[in-house]
Amino acid sequence: MNALLPSATTIAALVKIGLLVGGLMTAAAYLVLLERWIAAWVQDRKGPNRVGIPLTDIRLFGLGQPLADGLKIILKEDFTPSHVDRVLYNAAPLLILAASLAIFAAIPFGSVLPPLGIAGLPDPVPFLVAPGLDVGVLWVFALSSIAVYGVLLGGWASNNKYGFLGGLRSSAQLVAYEIPLGLGLLGVVLAAGSLRLDRIMEAQAASGVWYAFAQPLGFVVFLVASFAEAARLPFDLPEAEQELVGGYHTEYSGIRLLLFLVAEFLHMITAAFLIVIMFLGGWHLWGVTGAGTEVTWAGALLRFAILSAKILGVIVFFMLVRWSWPRFRFDQLMNLAWKVMLPLGLANLVTVAAVEELRPWLVEHVGSSAAGWLAVGLPWATFLVGWIVAGVFTPSSTDNTPILTHGPLDAEHDLDHDPLDDVAGGHRLEASPR
Amino acid sequence: MKPTDPQIVWLEEKPLGLAERLYLPLFVQGLATTARHMVSPKVTVSFPDERPTVGNPLIYRGVHRLNKDEQGRVQCVACFLCATACPAHCIDIVAAESPWPDREKYPESFQIDELRCIFCGMCEEACPVDAIELTSLLDLTGRSREEMIFDKEKLLSVYDITKDAEPMKSAGHTTASATGGHAP
Repeated sequence: MNALLPSATTIAALVKIGLLVGGLMTAAAYLVLLERWIAAWVQDRKGPNRVGIPLTDIRLFGLGQPLADGLKIILKEDFTPSHVDRVLYNAAPLLILAASLAIFAAIPFGSVLPPLGIAGLPDPVPFLVAPGLDVGVLWVFALSSIAVYGVLLGGWASNNKYGFLGGLRSSAQLVAYEIPLGLGLLGVVLAAGSLRLDRIMEAQAASGVWYAFAQPLGFVVFLVASFAEAARLPFDLPEAEQELVGGYHTEYSGIRLLLFLVAEFLHMITAAFLIVIMFLGGWHLWGVTGAGTEVTWAGALLRFAILSAKILGVIVFFMLVRWSWPRFRFDQLMNLAWKVMLPLGLANLVTVAAVEELRPWLVEHVGSSAAGWLAVGLPWATFLVGWIVAGVFTPSSTDNTPILTHGPLDAEHDLDHDPLDDVAGGHRLEASPR
Repeated sequence: MKPTDPQIVWLEEKPLGLAERLYLPLFVQGLATTARHMVSPKVTVSFPDERPTVGNPLIYRGVHRLNKDEQGRVQCVACFLCATACPAHCIDIVAAESPWPDREKYPESFQIDELRCIFCGMCEEACPVDAIELTSLLDLTGRSREEMIFDKEKLLSVYDITKDAEPMKSAGHTTASATGGHAP
């Protein structure tokens, strides 16, 4: 008889979507303020501290700034240049925002609620929009790849050289760093034995060993790759302001620019969520939150608070890093992805696979305590060896002298020109006399 | 500049040591610098609430003023040297016969367009009687272009506002002039 009414699970999902989207949008707005504050403090300034409650003199340390920023950018003229591909130009910001938001369907933002006792609603209610999604991690990665399309389409549809270069760079960078990102992730999936992010958190809570300690190499690889995936400094080449004006969103203005900027912050929040959930124990903190799924209301809120605090910590780290190291050059970025992060990620994956494969045998033969130490020690040994090998084989200097090739005009003037030089593709310029 | 230009000096980079290639010391250095600045004292001046301190008012180039002598008369002798020196052509003087016996001319009107002025201080340098000076007033605002054209009265009133905080830069010179030591 209630066929037309939504079921309790649908209503629960809608409530969760509402809370999550509202929370994420507010978080993105306030993270802009946090980013500006941290930028100011690092540069010995005070940062935005004026805007408080509108129409009053109450300043509240500038906490009204996001409202003012949002109003300003929404009221700005939304200008579409005449030379753009209109369909793609309009689709790109929508695509990137939709994909960035949809990622959160599979990301838990807490543990579980205590039993509510509502008919038709299976207890306990997890803090997750799509509970029981067995392909959670795959969903996250598939949608973050789709978000790349937003960047590419934005750059392509702008029909602008800076936008195009930004799109080009981000396509190469994001595709390259998906691989180390996936490799770092695979180690965690192997160890936890599940693709569900809530299960991964529960596995860490049950053992008490966060995967950052059990798989340090995977953690480092994943951390570096997620910086690159979120296009944060020192890997912000897709939108390097000094080089590319704004990169792929150069031609965007008004609310469409806002969509791109919000999506960028959502990427950073997603990266922080994944780092915390997969490597930093999620809602688990030793001696504070238990490991089980039986929780009280206080316990549920405490787990939510711990998860949020960890995520905020990671985001602050993201923002501090921005002011700590210079941007990579593009070839250095690619070298890091393919020659350093990819092998290190593979080494971590192989080690973790070996440890997980050998664990039953070890428990049987050397005892469970020694097996536990070995399971942590082996990845750490791989970490140290891998790091040192990567360092030793890094080139100790770079040669930036230009390589001159012979053009057709040079050949006319250069009578001693050796035609073999052309075969060799030019020669390196001799250093000038000192 | 062509890469083959003999004037280019190609510098050899110092090769990185193992510690630098491991990236860890640099990682710590970068974060330490950032953390130090996070907590270091801030240089921001919250402007309308607190005034910035002008380092040396003698060499600061803010709003102009027209100095008065002891009898309250405008010190300017309408020689046009400042208007001639001005690279922005923002000074407009109308000279008239002086009513006082110690000089031939005085400015009947003296206008400075503060919006055209580039605050270079050339007028101050050019003035032979130190009548025009740049003060350390720095918040120069107005609601219209007309309001920003300062006439003689306004420039003299700037002197009244600033004379206590900033005495005339050549106080000795005016005393000599008042006693007739310096003939114009």
